[in-house]
Amino acid sequence: MSEFTPINPKPYLRELAQKPIVVTLKFNKTQYKGTLVSTDNYFNIQLSDAEEVVNGESKGKIGDIFIRCNNVLYIGEDLEKKKKAIVVPEEQEKVEPTIAQS
Amino acid sequence: MSLETPLDLLKLNLDEQVYVKLRGARSLVGTLQAFDSHCNIVLSDAIETIYELDDEGDLQSVERNSEMIFVRGDTVTLITTPDEE
Repeated sequence: MSEFTPINPKPYLRELAQKPIVVTLKFNKTQYKGTLVSTDNYFNIQLSDAEEVVNGESKGKIGDIFIRCNNVLYIGEDLEKKKKAIVVPEEQEKVEPTIAQS
Repeated sequence: MSLETPLDLLKLNLDEQVYVKLRGARSLVGTLQAFDSHCNIVLSDAIETIYELDDEGDLQSVERNSEMIFVRGDTVTLITTPDEE
């Protein structure tokens, strides 16, 4: 008997709160990257520190935003930011031995 | 904390300047007077900007001022504060 625990959409989004996420819209190849502040029953989205990305090109920071639910195509964790958070301490570790050598 | 919803951001911006991005290459900047759960919005002293491509393919914009304007919620894509845009 294999244990399967489904991850439902609402608990998943609740887990993403306060984490960097990417929201892709249905229109104009637009994405919003920012920290998820809150969602509601309609999956309206509130982001802080949001950045607008159109066609893969950053259009700059826009701060706190509200995205109306009907425009959202999908929502996911911002894996680039997650990677950076992991990569940075590794780089610092690599720097230390070179200092010791010189 | 978990009771907070995205519409609370709008509540915080009542009687403040907001930037509203709309469907069809339009945007509005005005003072938020009222809103509801559908994002129907009433703005005062609003400036509507309509973006269009001209015959040469250059981006042109036309502005329109309104003393008071009602925006139907289904055209709204995004709401934020204007100075950061």
